[in-house]
Amino acid sequence: MRRVLLTVGVGVLAALGAITACGSDPPSATSPESIVGQTITLVTHDSFRVSPGTLEAFTTETGVTVVVQSAGDTGQMVATSILTVGNPLGDVMYGVDNTFLQRALDAELFEAYESPALVNVPMSLQLDPGHRVTPIDFGDVCANYWIDRFDDDLPVPATLDDLADPAYRGLLVVENPETSSPGLAFLLATIAEFGEGWEDYWRLLRDNDVVVTAGWEDAYYGEFVSGGGDRPIVISYASSPPAEVIYADPPVDTAPTGVIIDTCFRQVEFAGILAGTTHRAAAEALVDFLLSDTFQEDVPLNMFVFPASTTASLPPAFVDHVVLPEDPHTLAPADIGANRNAWTERWTEIVLR
Amino acid sequence: MVAVVLPAAFLGVFFLYPVAAIVGRGLTGDGLDRLVGLHASASFRNVAWFTLWQAVVSTVLTVLVALPGAHLLARYRFRGRAVLRALTTVPFVLPTVVVGSAFAALFDRFGLDDGTFRLQHTVWAIIVAHVFFNVAVVLRTVGAFWEGLDPAVEEQARVLGAGPWRTFWSVTLPRLWPAVAAAASIVFLFCTTSFGVILILGGPTRATLETEIWRHAVWRGDLASATALAVVQLVAVVAMVVVANRLQRRRAIGGRPSARRPQRPTKRLLGANLALLATVLLLPVAVLVERSLAVGDGYSLRHYGALADRVNLLPVSALVALRNSLLFAVVATALALVVGGLASLVVVHGRGSVSRIFDLGLMLPLGVSAVTLGFGMLIALDDPPLDLRTSRWLVPVAHALVGIPFVMRTLVPTLRSIDDRLREAAAVLGASPTRVFREIDLPIAGRAVAVGAAFAFAISLGEFGATSFLPRQPDRLTAPLALFRLLGTPGDLLRGQAMALAVLLMLLTAACVLVIESRGRFGSGVVRGDL
Repeated sequence: MRRVLLTVGVGVLAALGAITACGSDPPSATSPESIVGQTITLVTHDSFRVSPGTLEAFTTETGVTVVVQSAGDTGQMVATSILTVGNPLGDVMYGVDNTFLQRALDAELFEAYESPALVNVPMSLQLDPGHRVTPIDFGDVCANYWIDRFDDDLPVPATLDDLADPAYRGLLVVENPETSSPGLAFLLATIAEFGEGWEDYWRLLRDNDVVVTAGWEDAYYGEFVSGGGDRPIVISYASSPPAEVIYADPPVDTAPTGVIIDTCFRQVEFAGILAGTTHRAAAEALVDFLLSDTFQEDVPLNMFVFPASTTASLPPAFVDHVVLPEDPHTLAPADIGANRNAWTERWTEIVLR
Repeated sequence: MVAVVLPAAFLGVFFLYPVAAIVGRGLTGDGLDRLVGLHASASFRNVAWFTLWQAVVSTVLTVLVALPGAHLLARYRFRGRAVLRALTTVPFVLPTVVVGSAFAALFDRFGLDDGTFRLQHTVWAIIVAHVFFNVAVVLRTVGAFWEGLDPAVEEQARVLGAGPWRTFWSVTLPRLWPAVAAAASIVFLFCTTSFGVILILGGPTRATLETEIWRHAVWRGDLASATALAVVQLVAVVAMVVVANRLQRRRAIGGRPSARRPQRPTKRLLGANLALLATVLLLPVAVLVERSLAVGDGYSLRHYGALADRVNLLPVSALVALRNSLLFAVVATALALVVGGLASLVVVHGRGSVSRIFDLGLMLPLGVSAVTLGFGMLIALDDPPLDLRTSRWLVPVAHALVGIPFVMRTLVPTLRSIDDRLREAAAVLGASPTRVFREIDLPIAGRAVAVGAAFAFAISLGEFGATSFLPRQPDRLTAPLALFRLLGTPGDLLRGQAMALAVLLMLLTAACVLVIESRGRFGSGVVRGDL
């Protein structure tokens, strides 16, 4: 197998942490007294969640109060921020991902800031060399399968090619990349894998009776086995099987679903200081805080993604169940930005017409 | 004067100005070229045609399904009538994805979805869902108006030898027409701007102007194309409302409220009507109730108990979200009643052009996409003294904009149907105009006000689209948004809680509607006694 399934252990991260060991809270770039008493606004998407007390820790540390404003999903948040560029809704944005990044950069949403905490963040996540955005977390979009539906006669598909194999005809449900974030990520995975050949691949998937839904909810709860549908393979997240365990009722020991790691596409979420902020120093302190262990260790169980900082340790529940593909598919944000509309248009012609 | 200024200011600041701002922004870029180029685009013609025909078919079917029920509610008294009426409004608060899966489960259960015929991802799924969501609009607005019509006219027709159908066509329908036109125009606008139904139930190949505006603005980052489509939508909605208002005015016939004691229905009539209503409304609801109780292989109230605790996926507990929704709904309903009530008076009593402009203008928010309004508010209301972008008032204001047309569409036909001789008689007897309004209009219109308020309330409780576009602090999460978030992560626990929350939201809606309407009935009961 080309990609090794890596169940992330605390040990691995602890080792990484030891290599890059440094203070858990990097010093702020500005003197604290200048920002004490300020209130700044963090603009984010609806999936943003923190444990009670986490943002208060930032206030205790810096004297800055954080107000959170959510503005729809990632697409809505980016579109909203582009409309309000120059007179932003807040001071820092958190949650723009690598699929929307180029659009945000083209609109000059952000002011550059190189956080000292970036020393703890792998270069593979630092996708903007100009530091207009700072990576905060990452996760993977992958095909999930319903374990019970596969056995020796029908083994679990291992690769993207397998999904197009007639043996797996009528089993896959995907989301429309024109209307869904995981749908777009999966299309990007196939483009990363097959290059120019992606169009032929999707013709094969179409011949193999792929079902397309508008969004994740109707794929997972409408067509996938988990929600009572009859399709045993769905495009979801690498963190979906652990959610099936953590939110099982009645409780279960193992997830009923698994992840096909050869299909995964890496999504990285970033934070950036919104151009036009009147609280630049406080905004810098907040970006630093988002990379601090306090925030980074709070991320996994709230948002089901991995912390970007290697000094953050992972909660056991996460470690036990979440798989981390070693070599997921990726594409440069500039490529995605330049081509995504053309790609999704072409995809629509091939798959839906 | 206040009656003119207040609604005009409300509409101007919170609707016309934002929409003008976003349209202006979009058109100054490439939007104008896109707009001019639209007529040559085959895909645009397909989208426009599909938007129109699915809305027309949905509206006609909704009216046909609802009229028998409206008759039952208007003309007969039976046990459970008030509860049945209140229950008809609950579809408003149900998220599409939940209703869609309930319908799918129903088809599954009755063996209809066995592979030969599949409802999901067909145009019929869209139409069935539109009937389900909108049947209450016709049922209630027409029903409330019908109740006010004197049945003696029908009885005279019957005495003169007309059969029941002939009586309905020649006597009842012409008199009902203003209310039917009013209700149908609301349903039509709802169907042209419906979003989740098209995307989720219609499948990926179907698109309307509404879904295309969203796709271009949010997914493609193409404000110019989105604006071009938004302009088309706006023009189409204005044209449609103008026509509907004409129809409504031309056919308005003065009448007097009935002093007759309502009849009790025959068993067969009641049974047939209830069966129809139950099929359309209650079966999907029953599926949700069953799912909210299912735990493993048995049943339990566990999911309901868990709603008080915060799941770590939500910023607040589901119960807090429900409380937020309730507060927003109270404010939105109050706003809709004040603005819609005053505007109705202007429409009925105002001079020709002012009356027509109000009648048109306050309907428009129903027909404009949530993206247009949401984005418009963001770029228009961003400077002092109107820096309201992050204000807690913005969500109830957006909800009220949708509620106002309901208040007006129930109130205007009723106010118009009040016989002017009643007012004149009161004036002759020395009543001041205010007194005439208080003693004549208000009591007779009480039922209509209550129905309008109930709709404004239910719509606010269930509103998703515009709410999701407005910036919010996470702890002001509303129940529909919480539901959506719960369904956004796998796990039976979350799904069970989402279903329990949906059921609570329905119960809350039904209970509030019941309370609102019992107050309305009190108002109209007084005048009945006096007549």
